[in-house]
Amino acid sequence: MKNAKLLVTLLYILFLMLPIYWLLNMSFKTTNEILGTFSLWPMNFTLDNYIKIFTDPTWYNGYLNSITYVVINTVISVTVALPAAYAFSRYRFLGDKHLFFWLLTNRMAPPAVFALPFFQLYSATGLFDTHIAVALAHCLFNIPLAVWILEGFMSGVPKELDETAYLDGYSFWRFFVKIFIPTIAAGIGVAAFFCFMYSWVELLLAKTLTSVAAKPIAATMTRTASTAGYELGLLAAAGALTIIPGAFVIYFVRNYIAKGFALGRV
Amino acid sequence: MNKTANSKAWLFVIPMVVLVAFNALIPLMTVVNYSVQETFGDNVFFWEGMKWFEQVLRSDRFHESFLRQFAFTGMILLIEIPLGILVALSMPRKGPWVSVCLVLMALPLLIPWNVVGAMWNIFALPDTGLLGRMINGLGIHYNFTQGPVAAWATTVVMDVWHWTSLVVLLAYAGLCSIPEAYYQAAKIDGASAWAVFRHIQLPKMKRVLTIAILLRFMDSFMIYTEPFVLTGGGPGNTTTFLSIDLVKIALGQFDLGPAAAMSLIYFLIVLLVCWIFYTLMMRGEAK
Amino acid sequence: MAEIKLRQVRHSYLRDHRKEEDWALKELNAVWQDGTAYALLGPSGCGKTTLLNIISGLITPTEGRVLFDDRDVTDTPTGERHIAQVFQFPVVYDTMTVYDNLAFPLRNRGMDSARVSARVGEISRMLDLDSMLSQKAYGLTADGKQKISLGRGLVREDVNIIMFDEPLTVIDPHLKWQLRSKLKELHQRVGVTMIYVTHDQTEALTFADQVVVIYEGTVVQVGTPVELFEKPQHTFVGHFIGSPGMNLLPCSAADGATVFSGIPVQTTNAHKFKTNGRRMELGIRPEFIRFDNSGFEVEIVKVDDLGRYQLVETRRAENTIKMILAEGTSIPAERPRIAFDPKHTWLYADGWAVS
Repeated sequence: MKNAKLLVTLLYILFLMLPIYWLLNMSFKTTNEILGTFSLWPMNFTLDNYIKIFTDPTWYNGYLNSITYVVINTVISVTVALPAAYAFSRYRFLGDKHLFFWLLTNRMAPPAVFALPFFQLYSATGLFDTHIAVALAHCLFNIPLAVWILEGFMSGVPKELDETAYLDGYSFWRFFVKIFIPTIAAGIGVAAFFCFMYSWVELLLAKTLTSVAAKPIAATMTRTASTAGYELGLLAAAGALTIIPGAFVIYFVRNYIAKGFALGRV
Repeated sequence: MNKTANSKAWLFVIPMVVLVAFNALIPLMTVVNYSVQETFGDNVFFWEGMKWFEQVLRSDRFHESFLRQFAFTGMILLIEIPLGILVALSMPRKGPWVSVCLVLMALPLLIPWNVVGAMWNIFALPDTGLLGRMINGLGIHYNFTQGPVAAWATTVVMDVWHWTSLVVLLAYAGLCSIPEAYYQAAKIDGASAWAVFRHIQLPKMKRVLTIAILLRFMDSFMIYTEPFVLTGGGPGNTTTFLSIDLVKIALGQFDLGPAAAMSLIYFLIVLLVCWIFYTLMMRGEAK
Repeated sequence: MAEIKLRQVRHSYLRDHRKEEDWALKELNAVWQDGTAYALLGPSGCGKTTLLNIISGLITPTEGRVLFDDRDVTDTPTGERHIAQVFQFPVVYDTMTVYDNLAFPLRNRGMDSARVSARVGEISRMLDLDSMLSQKAYGLTADGKQKISLGRGLVREDVNIIMFDEPLTVIDPHLKWQLRSKLKELHQRVGVTMIYVTHDQTEALTFADQVVVIYEGTVVQVGTPVELFEKPQHTFVGHFIGSPGMNLLPCSAADGATVFSGIPVQTTNAHKFKTNGRRMELGIRPEFIRFDNSGFEVEIVKVDDLGRYQLVETRRAENTIKMILAEGTSIPAERPRIAFDPKHTWLYADGWAVS
C-alpha cells in the first residue's frame, strides 16, 4: 500500500518533469545538434542561447516588461481587494450579494471575448503599449480572484478581534493596518501569489495590448517561433527562463500552498 | 458569521468596483454594440438587430467548434479530477518531502501558457522531441502536426500535464483538513480503505473538489494559448476550440458583428453552466 | 469482555529518549478489571491520551506489552482489538444517516442485515436516538453526534472496552450533566469496561468506580473517589482534586515529629521517618481544619460566604491556609486559632506520601 502510493507520486512527478527536462536539454544544444542528432543530453554543451537572450535587448526587455506589469498588477489587485473583501466579510449592505456574484462572473469571461474591445478601449485612452495597460487589463480577472481569496481568509478571523480593538480605542484604519492586516498575512500572501501567477501566465490580453515598448517575453517567443525560422534552442532557453520567476515565487509560499490552493475555504 | 448592516461599506468597495467596471462594462458594451450592427469601415454602423446571433447560432462552424469545446472540456475533467484525487491521496501527509512534492507539482501552473504550448511542441515533435521519438519508437505512427487523433491526444495530455496539479493541490488541502480522529474512528469501526475514501475523504473533499471542477471547467472552456501555440487549431480545424475560432473571426477576418455575437453567446454559455453548477452546489450544501 | 494488563509499558514520541523527560508516558504496570468504569484524570499534556491510544492500538508503545486476557495484543491492529472509542470532537460519517452510522461497524464486519437492524434498533432505543434514525448525521447537535459515536461502539457485541477521550468538551454545559448520567446508566446496563479520559475532576469522580490520576507521565494514584479525597498519595492528587485543593505547607520532619512553622503537627502517616534531604510538605484538606483554641494562631485574610459553606483564607507567616466551614459557623474575631485533624493530615516527601 505504502509502496503503491510512493509509486503513484513518483510517476506523477516524473510525468511533470519530463517536458521540463527536455526543454532544458534543448536549451543547451546548438541548432545543428538539435536538427542533426537525437540525444538525451547535450553533446556539445553550449550557453549561446542564454547569452543571446541576455545580450539582445528585444529578448531581455521582454522579461523586464513582463515582470513590470505583473508586479504593478499584483500591487493594484491586492490593494484594491483588501478593503472590498473586508466589506464583504464583515458587513451587509445594499446589493452585496449581487455585487459579489457580478464580480465572480468577470472571472468567467473568456479573455478572447474581450481582446478586441480592450484593444479599442486602451487605444482610445492612450494607454496602448504601456505596462499600466496590461496591469489594468489583468485586474479584470485578478481583482475578483483576490477578493474571493481574501474574503475566505477574513471570514475565518472572528469578529471579536475587530470589536476588542475598537474597545481598546483603536480607530478603524489603525486597527486595519496594525492588527487586521498582520492577522491575515498568510491570506494576502496567497492572494498575491495567485495574482502573480495569473498575470504571469496570461498572454492573449498582454499581447493584444502591447506592440513594442511593453511587449511581454511570452509574445517575443511567439514571434521567434513564426518569423526567425525554427530556432528551437533559443526558444527552449527563453522558455526555461520563464519558469524561474514562478519557481522563485512558489518557493516563498511553499508552506502556504496547500492551504492557499483551497482559497482559505476548506 | 452574522454581519452588521452598514451602508458605508460601499465606500470600501468603490475603488474595486470602478477598476473592474472599467475593464468589464465598457468592453462588454462595445461587444453588445457590435453584435447588433454592421459596419463597412469608416465608423459607419447599421442596425442589424438579431441577425448576427441567428447567423452564429445556425452556422455549422460554430456548432462544430462548440462540440469540440465540450468534448475537450469533458475529456480533461474526466481525466484530471480522478487523477488529481489519486495523486493527492498518494502524497505523503507530513515530513520533509511534502514541500518538495508541492513545489514540483505547482511548477507547471506558473509557466506562461504559450511556453507550455512551445514546451510541448518541442517535447512531442516526431523527429526531435522525446515524446515523439518514444511513441514512434514503439511502432505507432505519431505526428501531431498531421494526424487529427495525435493532435487531439497531445492537446489533452498537455492540458492534463498543465492543470492536474491544481486539482491535486486543492484535493490535498481538503485531505489535510480531516482531523486524525476520523481515521482512528474508521480503524476502530473496521472500515476498509475504500470505505474510508467513500465516507470520510470524499465528503470532506467535496467543497474543494467543487472549486476544482468549477475552475477547470471555466479555464478549459476558455482555453486559447496552449493549443494555439501547439497545433494552431489544426490539422484542419480539428483542435479549433471556441476561443481560437473566435479570435480567428474577430482579429483574423475582422468580422466584428458575428464575432461579437459569438462572444456574447460564448460568455452566456459559461455563465449558464457555472450558474447551474453553483445552484446545485448550494442546494446540496443547504441539505 | 476482557481484563486488560499493561506490563512495563512506556512511550516516547521522540526517536531519542535518553532523558527522563523525553518519555510522554513513564513506566506503567496496570490491570484494568473487566466491567469496571475507570477515569483517567490529569491536566492537559500529562499522558492520558497517550495511554488511551496505547490500549486502543493507535499507538504502539516504545517499550512494554499490552495484554487482553493474557493474550499479547501489543502488535495487533486497532480493528482487531475489539475496542471502541469516542473522541473529543464528534466523529460521525456526515454523508450517512444516523441508522447507517450505527450500522457501519457491523456491516464492515459482514453481519447480515436482519441482525444489523435488530442490533441498531436496540442500541438506538438505549441512546434515545430511535426517533432520528433516518436523519442525516450531519445536521445533528454535538451531543447527538457524540451519542452516535458511542452507539457505534455499543452496537458491537464483541467490544472489550469502550474508551472516551474527553467526550464532553464540545457539549453545552446543561447537556453535559444529562449525557454523563446517560453514560453512567449505560455502564450499569451493559457492564462493559469503560475508560474515560478527562481533566475535569467532577466528570471523573461522578462517572468512575476507579479513578486513575496521571501527572507528568506517571500514574500517581489509583483509587475510588473517596480514597482520592481522603487518602491522597501524592501532593498532585491532593491539590488537583477538591475545590479548593489541599493546603500544602512546607515543614520539617524528624523521627515522627513533624514541625510546621515552629509548631509540632500530628500526621496520620509519619511515625518513624527520616527526611534524607528530601523536600517535605504537609498536606491538609480545607475541609479538615477547624477553629480551636488549643490550636495555633493565624491571621484571617478574607471570608467568602458561598451559600452552603464558607471559605476562609488565613495566613501564618508566609503560608496561606484555606479552610471550609459549615454555613453559620462563627468566626472568632480576635486572635483566631486553628487546628488540623490529625487523621487527615498527611506528610509528603518530594510529592509522595511517606509510609
